[in-house]
This record gives sequence, C-alpha cells and structure tokens, in this order.
Amino acid sequence: MPFNIYDFSTTTKAVDEFLKANMSPTWAFITELTIVGLVFLIFYAIVGLYLVYAERKVCAFMQNRVGPNRVGKWGLFQTIADLIKLLMKELITIKKADKLLYNVAPFIVIIASFMAIAAIPFAKGLHAVDFNIGVFYMMAVSSIGVVGILIAGWSSNSKYSLIGAMRSGAQVVSYELSVGLALVSVVIFSGSMQLSTIVESQANGWWIFKGHLPAIVAFFMFLIASTAEINRGPFDLAEAESELTAGFHTEYSGIKFAFFFLSEFMNMFIVASLAATVFLGGWMPLHIGNLEAFNRIMDFIPPIFWYFGKTIFVIYLIMWFKWTFPRLRIDQLLNLEWKYLLPINLVNTLLIAFLVLMGWYFK
Amino acid sequence: MTMNSVAQYFSDIFKAIRSLWKGLMVTGYYFVHPKQIVTQQYPENRKTLEMFDRFKGEVILVHDTDNTHKCNGCGICQLNCPNGSIEIITDSAVNEDGKSERIIDKHIYHLSMCTFCGLCVKSCPSNALAFSQEFEHAVFDRQKLTKVLNQPGSKIKKEPKVPKPAPAPAPTPVTEEVPNPAN
Repeated sequence: MPFNIYDFSTTTKAVDEFLKANMSPTWAFITELTIVGLVFLIFYAIVGLYLVYAERKVCAFMQNRVGPNRVGKWGLFQTIADLIKLLMKELITIKKADKLLYNVAPFIVIIASFMAIAAIPFAKGLHAVDFNIGVFYMMAVSSIGVVGILIAGWSSNSKYSLIGAMRSGAQVVSYELSVGLALVSVVIFSGSMQLSTIVESQANGWWIFKGHLPAIVAFFMFLIASTAEINRGPFDLAEAESELTAGFHTEYSGIKFAFFFLSEFMNMFIVASLAATVFLGGWMPLHIGNLEAFNRIMDFIPPIFWYFGKTIFVIYLIMWFKWTFPRLRIDQLLNLEWKYLLPINLVNTLLIAFLVLMGWYFK
Repeated sequence: MTMNSVAQYFSDIFKAIRSLWKGLMVTGYYFVHPKQIVTQQYPENRKTLEMFDRFKGEVILVHDTDNTHKCNGCGICQLNCPNGSIEIITDSAVNEDGKSERIIDKHIYHLSMCTFCGLCVKSCPSNALAFSQEFEHAVFDRQKLTKVLNQPGSKIKKEPKVPKPAPAPAPTPVTEEVPNPAN
C-alpha cells in the first residue's frame, strides 16, 4: 500500500480501489463509511482524553502546581483511569425527569461535535468530507450542540440545570453571529467556503499575515466568540460551578456526564482546528513570499504536524484565557457581544470587503 | 452620542486589552517557569519534609533530656479544652520540705477528639504543653489515639530556688512586667 506522509490521497485512493475491486460498489461505500467512522471514534476518544489531561496540566502550571502526576509517567494515564471510573459509575435516573429527552441529550451534544470533525482537513488528502460549503456546514453543525444543552437542562427537572441551559442558549445564539462574521472575513479573502480551497489559498502565506490588521482582528474576534460558543471559561456561565453547581449537566452521572465532558473538549478542539484552518493555514506549511530556501525547509515538515501544531497552539491560547480571566456576569457577557464584538466585527467585515475589492492585500 | 462617549468607547476597549494582557502575562510567566511550583511531593519527600514552626500537629508535653517536664497538674488545660480531649489525673507526693505536693500522675490526651484549637497550649501557666509537628496520625486501632503525654518515670522539673524579688515600689506603671522566676 503506497504511503506518503506528505500526501495522504495516494493511500486513501489505494484503499478505495482495493475495496472496489473486491466487493460491490455499495458494500465498498458502506465499508469505507465504517472505517472512517471507526477511525474518528478512536480519534475522538484519544483526543478528548488527552485534552482533559492537557487542560489539567496547563491549569496546574499556571497556578504553580504540578497537576496529575501519579498515574503513569507524568500522570499520562490519569484521564484514562478517570474514564474507567466514570464507566463503572451508576447512571442515576432523576425522579420526574423527561426520560426520553434526558437520555437523548448527551448523544445530541456528542453527535454535533462528531459531525463537525468530519469536515476538518487534517492533512493533504486526509479529509473525510470536502463540502463546497465547508465553513457554513461547520457553523451549522456546531450550533446543533446547543439544542442538546437546552434539552439536557429542560429534561433534568432541576432549577440549576434549567438556568444553566437558558444562559447557555442566550450565550450561544448571541455569539454565533460574531463567529459567523469572523469566518465570513476569510471567506471574502479566499473567495470560497470550501475548507480545502481555503487551505490551498494560503500556500503563499496564511490569511492572518496576508490580510493585514483586519485579518488579525478577525482572528481574535473568532477566538473570543468561539470560546463563548463552546461555553468555556471565561464565558462558562452555563456551568458556573459557584452558583449553579454544574449547570446543565448537574443531574447527569457516569458515562452520560462523560459524554458532556468529552464533547466540551472536542468542541474546543474543533474550534481550534477551524481557527487554525481558516486563519493559520491549516496543514499548509509556513511560506514567506519568495524565500525559496526557507519555503523548502518548511515543506520538509509533514502537513499533519503543521496542522496539529497550529491546533495545539490555538488550544493553548484558549486554555490560557480560561485560566487567567475571571468569569463574566450575564449582563457583561451580552454587553460584550452586542456592544463591542458585533459592531467591531461588522466594521471589520466591511473593511475586508473593501480591501478585497481594491485588491489591497497580499495575493 | 457625543464625541466624548465615542472616545470613552474606544478607550474602554484599549484599557480592557491592556488589563487582560497584564493578567495573561502573570499566568504565562508561571506557565514557563515550572521551577516556581510550590507543591510538595509528599510521600517522596517524607525524609526531608520539614513542617513549618507554627504547624499544629498534636499536643505534647515537652520533656527535657533528663526526663523532666513542667506540668504540675493544675488542670487548667483540661478546663479550657472545649471538647474534653484532655483528662488530668493527679497524685500527691511529699517534697523535700516535708510538705505534701500535687504532682501529675497521667496527662491523658484524646487525639481523636482534638480539634487542634490550641487553647490548652495557650492557657498553660507553666508552658508545659506544645504542638509537635507530627501529622501522620492514621492508626488501625482507635485505642492508639488516646495517649498519655507524660513519659513513664518522668518528674516535674525542679526550678532552682530563686530568692523572691523584693516587692516592687507600689506605684509602678502597669506595663512593666515583673520578671517571672520560672524562666
């Protein structure tokens, strides 16, 4: 089987041809779907677990602590131990809870983030579905998650859950706008919504560099707004521990709680990889104009490492925000969106449209 | 909207960015300086671990090298203990002057009931009690938490007879302390 770390399309094509040669097209299609699904399932679990670990370590270092360091070397297996514990815990059913919705909610949340992963270009040719409306799809799918959160809050028959879910609903609906506008700025620059085209358009420089100040502003707007959208600190009012115990997932236990927990971290991963893809060039190596030698050296690093490096960088930024800033009040949160982020974003988008119209950016 | 409020709007944004950046710098500094971690790795550093001076481990009766202590069995610690962790059993002995004198038989301390408030140590008139820095109190048998603080065969420390200081002139200021003959 041909394998090229710089271009995975040869491998995927070989697998496709092998399957088509051995079974009917329908079965080949089903087998491919199953393989992709399984790969994503494993990827999801591993990334989710290690993001939890990374979060705990980053948080610990920022607070002058050591963090998990008992299970395995440097505590590397801590989160796996936690998962095993959660798997063995009792699933408590709440009295007078809406049984169906209560049980369905964690799956809706996790499916939303699972669907969003599909459209992420990990490397050249390593891309499950390449929609021509990739950016739009990502936004649409990632906002399904809030439905799960609202259902979880409503069906739990608990005040804390309901208040948390309502807050989360107001927050996600507000910040969706800013996320959208920030992404639109790159769509204007690259002239496409297809994520693979957006990545290709950054071959001679990432949009955050090519787009001058407006692109940098859009990047930070995206970071702020998407942090709010995934209900992470400093915007974690939905689960404000000090006032709402745990917000919408107060009444969940065991593996259902783990689903919420995992999907929260996966949403962070998806947001970070989207930011890395549209603003920081995705899997595209760092290229600077006509510096041929420099570009060659950068090309030598496989795209998959570029992709993960950038994503981890953005994840670190999001964690850094969480462990530095205090939580916002609900009025401050809505003020920030409607009085600051949205107007700035609108002006910024207009400015970018003007820049692109006049051709005043690095092409 | 006046010009002033527009300026206010933008200055708010820049002030916010500045103050957020300040916070980010603090946490970012800690993140890249893992040497500053203050957490103690407890079971590993057991040999070298030193608790700080004011740590309240457990109440002890301070014994000297010649197995003497300062407790005369007055029972003030027992009276002061809010949850009855201390029981004093006294005895009497005849001292060298031929007089009967109260001595301590057993100073019983129930560690299981102690809240480490420190009232006994504070109220002891002869400074006989103190806190040790021992903190590994876990035992398998509850009986072991009841301790007799005076060591077997220990005696009260005999203070060398100091001639009583001449009575101070009557109108001394209140702040001036009379030297304690015990020390």
